Parts: sequence; C-alpha cells; structure tokens
Amino acid sequence: MARIKTVFEDCDILVVGGGMGGTGAAYEARHWGRDLKIVVAEKANIDRSGAVAQGLYAINCYMGMQWDENTPEDHVRYARNDLMGMVREDLAYDMARHVDSTVHKFDEWGLPMMRDPDTDRYLREGKWQIMIHGESYKPIVAEAAKKSADKIYNRIMVTHLLMDETKANRVAGAVGFNVRTGNFHIFRAKAVIVGAGGASHIFKPRSVGEGMGRTWYAPWSSASAYALPIQAGAKMTQMENRIVLCRFKDGYGPVGAYFLHLKTYTQNAYGDNYETTWYDQTKQLVGDYIDHHPTPTCLRNHAFVEEMKAGRGPIHMVTTEAFQDPHKETVGWENFLGMTVGQAVVWASQDIDPKYTNPELTTSEPYVMGSHATCSGAWASGPEDVSPPEYQWGYNRMMTVEGLFGAGDALGGTAHAFSSGSFTEGRLAAKAACQYVRDHKNENFRVSAKQYEDLRKSVYKPMEHYEVHRNEIVAGTVSPNYILPIHGLQRLEKIMDEYAGGISNNYMTNEPLLLRGLHLLGTLHEDLEKIGAEDLHQLQRAWELKHRAIASECVVQHTLFRQETRWPGYYYRGDHMSLDDDNWHCLTVSRRDPESGEWTLEKAPLYHIVD
Amino acid sequence: MPTFVYMTRCDGCGHCVDICPSDIMHIDKTYRRAVNIEPNMCWECYSCVKACPQNAIDDRGYADFAPLGHSVRVRREEEKGTISWRIKFRNGTQKDFVSPITTKPWGSAIPTVADLPPPTAEDVESQHLLYEPEALNVEDGLPERDPSTFKQGVYY
Ligand SMILES: Cc1cc2nc3c(=O)[nH]c(=O)nc-3n(C[C@H](O)[C@H](O)[C@H](O)COP(=O)(O)OP(=O)(O)OC[C@H]3O[C@@H](n4cnc5c(N)ncnc54)[C@H](O)[C@@H]3O)c2cc1C
Ligand code: SF4
Ligand code: SF4
Repeated sequence: MARIKTVFEDCDILVVGGGMGGTGAAYEARHWGRDLKIVVAEKANIDRSGAVAQGLYAINCYMGMQWDENTPEDHVRYARNDLMGMVREDLAYDMARHVDSTVHKFDEWGLPMMRDPDTDRYLREGKWQIMIHGESYKPIVAEAAKKSADKIYNRIMVTHLLMDETKANRVAGAVGFNVRTGNFHIFRAKAVIVGAGGASHIFKPRSVGEGMGRTWYAPWSSASAYALPIQAGAKMTQMENRIVLCRFKDGYGPVGAYFLHLKTYTQNAYGDNYETTWYDQTKQLVGDYIDHHPTPTCLRNHAFVEEMKAGRGPIHMVTTEAFQDPHKETVGWENFLGMTVGQAVVWASQDIDPKYTNPELTTSEPYVMGSHATCSGAWASGPEDVSPPEYQWGYNRMMTVEGLFGAGDALGGTAHAFSSGSFTEGRLAAKAACQYVRDHKNENFRVSAKQYEDLRKSVYKPMEHYEVHRNEIVAGTVSPNYILPIHGLQRLEKIMDEYAGGISNNYMTNEPLLLRGLHLLGTLHEDLEKIGAEDLHQLQRAWELKHRAIASECVVQHTLFRQETRWPGYYYRGDHMSLDDDNWHCLTVSRRDPESGEWTLEKAPLYHIVD
Repeated sequence: MPTFVYMTRCDGCGHCVDICPSDIMHIDKTYRRAVNIEPNMCWECYSCVKACPQNAIDDRGYADFAPLGHSVRVRREEEKGTISWRIKFRNGTQKDFVSPITTKPWGSAIPTVADLPPPTAEDVESQHLLYEPEALNVEDGLPERDPSTFKQGVYY
C-alpha cells in the first residue's frame, strides 16, 4: 500500500454523509457559521446518494400549519401511537415545529409539488404526506449543500471518528479512505455531524441471488450512522425497534399512495378482509393498543404475518377497481417510477397490470433505521426549551460524546421524520454545532499521529491481509486464512435472520436464541479481523460489513434487554409474548465501552410532553 | 444482471461510474467500457441510466424473480425539466409516462447562503432556523411548549 497518500483537512464542522440529513446540515451550517469551515465527506456522490437516490413521490412529513392542517402536537401523538407508545417526544416535537419551513424552501427551489386543484394547497396523500414529482429531490438538496459547504468530498468512505486527546469523550474529527484513489483522509474537526443513514442487509433478505440488492432500504445504507458513534462510545437508544415493511412483493414498491390516495385495500387469497380476523388475538397480546387510530404499523403487519401462517396467502392489494380511473392508474405507476423503479420492472416482467390483476404483497426482512415507522439510533440531547432534564445536556441533537451530532436515521427516538424531517434535523444539528464550535473556539483539540497512524493500519489491513494470503491458493474464493466481504455479509445476515428474529422464523426470537446469536457474532467479529479485500471496492465493502456487524451486535443486545414483545409484527420475544407496560414503558439505552467492548444497558424514562 | 451496458453504444466516458451510489459501475480494463461489477448490489435506482449520454445502459430485472422480455426505459432532460418513461411488458403491453423534475430553470432558485444577511445575536439565541419564523407562513411564530406540563410514564 506504499502508493497511498495521506490527505489532511482541518475544519470546524465535518458532516459525515451527504444524504437528506447531511445536506440539510451543510446548507444550514453556512448561515450560523459564516466564518466557520464546513466540510462534507460522502462515500458516494451527493447528487444521487442515500435513500433518496432515485427520488421520492411524496414528502411524508409536513404539518401544513399555514392551513391549520396539523400541529406539532398532532405529529407527536401520531408518531407515539404508531410506535406503541414510545418516541422521544421532545425531538419529534422540535422537528415537527420546523419542518414546514424546510418544505416551503424545497418548493421555492423548484421541487415540483402537486397541488389540490380546488384549494391550491399542497395535495395531500394522507393526513401527513404531500405528493411531489420528486425524481430530482436529491440533486436539488445536493445543490443547496454544494452552494453552502466550503468543500464536499465525494467517494470518501468514513471508517472511524477521531477522539480528542486533551479531553475524554470528545470528538475531534474522522478518518476514511477515497474509494477511487485509495488515499487516506484525515479530517480534523471541532464538531462532527453524522448523517450516514440507516441499515439494510443486517438481516437476510428474501431475495438472495442477483436480487439481493433489491432491498427496501438501499443496499448502500450500511449502518455507518450507528457504528461510528458506537465505536466512539456514544449511547444508543431503541435499537431493538427494527422495522418490517409490508410492500409489493419482490420489488418492495411503496404502498402509501395506494392505501391513502388510490384507496386500494388488501384481502387474502379468498377475498376476505383478514385484519378483523386477528383482532381478538392481537388484543390479548397488546391490550388497548389495537384500538388506537390509525392502527399501528406493526400491528397491521402482525395480522398479515398471522394470516400467511394460517395458510390463506397470498395477500393481495385490490387495485383493479381504482385503476379503472386513468388518473389513478397514472399515479399508481408514477409512484414507482419516482421512487422504486424496480417494482415497475417486476410488474412488466411478470405481466402484472394492476388494472386487471391484483398484485401480491409481502412483509420484508427487518431493517434498522430511525426516520420511518421506527426510531433506532443514537441517544441525543433535545432542544433546551422543550426537553426534560434527562433528555438535555447542552446542545440540540448532540449525542453523549461531546461535539458529536446527528441527523436523520442516525438519531434515535425520532420516528416519522422521513425525508423532510431528516433534512430539518440536519438543520437543527448544524445550528447547535455552530454554537458548540463558537463556545469552544479557544480550546485546543489534539489528535496525535499515533491515533491516526493506528487507524490507518487498521483501515487498509483487509487489502494487506489479502495480498499476503492470496498466493497460497491457486485461484477462486476459498482460502483458509481469509473470508471475502460477501462471505462475511452472508454469515451476518444468516445469524441475524435465524437468531434475532428474521424472516425464516417469522420474526420470532427468545433469550436462548439471542445469546447464541451473540456468541456467533463474536466469532464473526474475530473473522472480520481476517477479512480480505482484493481492491478498493472490496475495501469499501469490508468496512460497510464491519459497520453492519457492530450495529447488529447492538440490535441483539437491545432485543435481549427488552423483556416483552412491544411491536408484534416487527419481532416477537417468544419467552415474553405480551406487551408489558408495567415494566417496559420506557426507552432502552445502551453503551459499548470502546476499550473493553463490554455493553451496558439501562432504562431511560419516557416523558410525554404532549397529552 | 440488473443494469448492463451495450458494447456498441458505450464510449467509456465514466459518467455512470461517477454517479452510482453503490460504486458498482466500473470501467472494464480490457474493453474500456462500463460494466456493472456487482449486480447483486444494484438497487435498480437508474441513476446511471439517467446519467448516460449515450443511452448505453439498460436494465434487466433481477434473475431471482423477473422473467425475460420486459423493459423499463427512461430519458431525463434537465433543459426541458422532464423525465419520460416507457414500460414494456413481457406480453408486449406498453405504457408511457412523463413527469416534471423541476419547476425552475435547473438550480437557479437555490440560494447561496453566504450572500444572505448574517444572523443577529437575537437569532442566534432563539430557536429559529434560517428564514424562520417567516418561512413557516404562520402568524403566531414558532410553536413552543411549557415544560411544567411534561409528564413521565404511561398515561395517554
Ligand atoms: C424506498 C423508500 C421510500 C421512501 N419513501 C419516502 C417518502 O415517500 N417520503 C419521505 O419523506 N421519505 C421517504 N423515505 C425515507 C427517506 O428517504 C429517509 O427518511 C431519509 O433519506 C433519511 O435521511 P438520512 O440523511 O438519515 O439518510 P440518507 O438520505 O440515506 O443519507 C445517508 C448518506 O450517508 C452516506 N454514507 C453512509 N455511510 C457513509 C460512510 N461510512 N461514509 C461517508 N458517507 C456515508 C450515504 O451515501 C448517504 O449519502 C423513503 C425511503 C426509501 C428507501
Ligand atoms: S455513462 Fe454511458 S457511455 Fe459513459 S461509460 Fe457509462 S455506460 Fe458508457
Ligand atoms: S441502477 Fe443504481 S445501483 Fe444499479 S448500477 Fe445503476 S446507479 Fe448503480
């Protein structure tokens, strides 16, 4: 690896990941930090990176306060209800009170919003969603970030955070490598905002051949937003709260517009509404939560899963009625073309024309993320004016590591933020980070050469390890001394699937399974020290896998800790099948000691800031 | 293999390599043209297809579940501000769709924040973000809560 250069970049604020949260952060940081140096490090190209790479057909979080449609309080009630009682209400409220100003700017910047012809308001898909022609959503927000940041580095895979050596538990930047040149990049920064997105490919996907890339969340959502803070010793919350999506089969095409706007509905193979069939059984598990409106996402999944187990699948979406209306037919197709082209490909290839055939639905493998109907992520401080003391330690959206901020999927407790809310959280984190940098401007941050030289060795080890052992074998992929990234990924997915509640067990797990899973993850971690990477592309895959493995361990620790089944339809603890509000109406918080690798878990109180 | 490149159309310009979020479009060293090196990490996001000036990239649905004989083609035109799709079913059915991608000349309405008036000390102290409270379009300003009303536990 002799040809590899080291590139230093010193800045005030480093944004890791230029997705929805990261672009929001870069844009806003310029306003509050006129004299600060703001740099973005992104592993792909910010014009088409992250979960919004192919666009979106709806903005799923918009209050519409100007038309008295919803209030931030309504948003908190909605998110809390959908997550079976628990979100960080302070963070949710704070995002919701600002999100409209974000969306109004998107409109001004040229994002095509659909409008209601009668009222001229944004066209509602449901109570929270507004419809857009969002094919270019990502290039538009990327443009805003490019105009604000001092520098944007594309194709830098960030692998580790740097820690300050003058003060314990304080961040001082990050390191990574350029996926094209191989150069080692050292970013020394006073504050870091992590916006590195959620996690796919933690659990074995339903399609395991060529189609393994057609996951619901993007295959490049590699859990870095969790692994980076975890490695630095930041606390995490609600990591057990993985999400399972009910989507069109194989392509995972979204169903929101179908249910809400096109008024299509589901039925089992024999034409019956199955959700009512499972009402009594669900009530036994979760009590009154089944009577809440709208029915929580996990409980709708639960009925679906039970109906399939009972042998009355496939479940269909009844589209043949709605699609007789040519306008609705157009919306139905454009909805895919604007955000999940793969579903249109599936239907074209299988001759499924929803005008004449009711397409099948499925429940996906689980995902770990924090901005949809789920809220895994880092434990972060709330804003000073709306957060109870336990949720507040100085700077809005700062994690428990000083100077380390987050936005979007990275942060825990903030369900239903979606694209607009993630961008808004980036803005909130940026304003607070600018304040943090100003408050610490006279302090010296120290990162010794030893710290980054050690990291450098570790970053390139997979390529060196491969070079050393490759010539022991004639050819092929089988070596007694290394595994390749794809091997490790498939092992990880199998462990999580079989032991932590994946599709093979209909999302079921229990304490003995989880303990066995932890043991197997332990040996996987050992093998990941011997991962081989043939080239820089595989080196990126190797680090994505390491990040996924760290996040997975956190998911298992949390799942073990919460001794109840809070979200049936997302996962089940067979040894604690009921929801238990007496003992578990609380948030779970974990920390991994960076030195020893030991985990500690605790309960954090749940505050309701809204009735 | 989700996306693939036609030999006779590709000129090796590298736009697809530059844009692919999955880092799987690479230039083949022998043919000096683009190739999808890891089809099972392709999301069929079409970013490369939209970026290719030669229309050299096409998609063939994942072999796991997509029978041959279909196609979903796209043309994205920034100058016109539109995106056009053509879907062909295996049985020959064809459907066409056109949508806008922007309402303004490309990128022209996005501000250079550094050129805006700097925030006042009061703005810095407040909970306001850039362009707030004006951009909220509400008379009462940014909503607030009274912390003395917060409650712990199960009660709603
Ligand atoms: C199929 C689908 C449909 C959706 N539908 C809607 C919808 O209709 N409406 C809506 O509002 N929202 C929708 N969403 C949700 C929305 O996309 C997310 O909420 C939002 O993108 C989350 O923002 P983020 O910044 O956390 O992550 P992302 O936008 O995914 O950004 C993460 C960024 O970090 C980068 N990154 C990751 N790891 C590293 C690393 N190690 N080093 C450097 N960079 C890194 C990534 O490349 C990426 O650019 C949908 C998502 C999907 C997948
Ligand atoms: S963008 Fe098109 S022409 Fe250029 S290298 Fe890629 S496939 Fe070839
Ligand atoms: S469709 Fe998307 S993921 Fe697949 S090769 Fe093209 S840009 Fe990459």
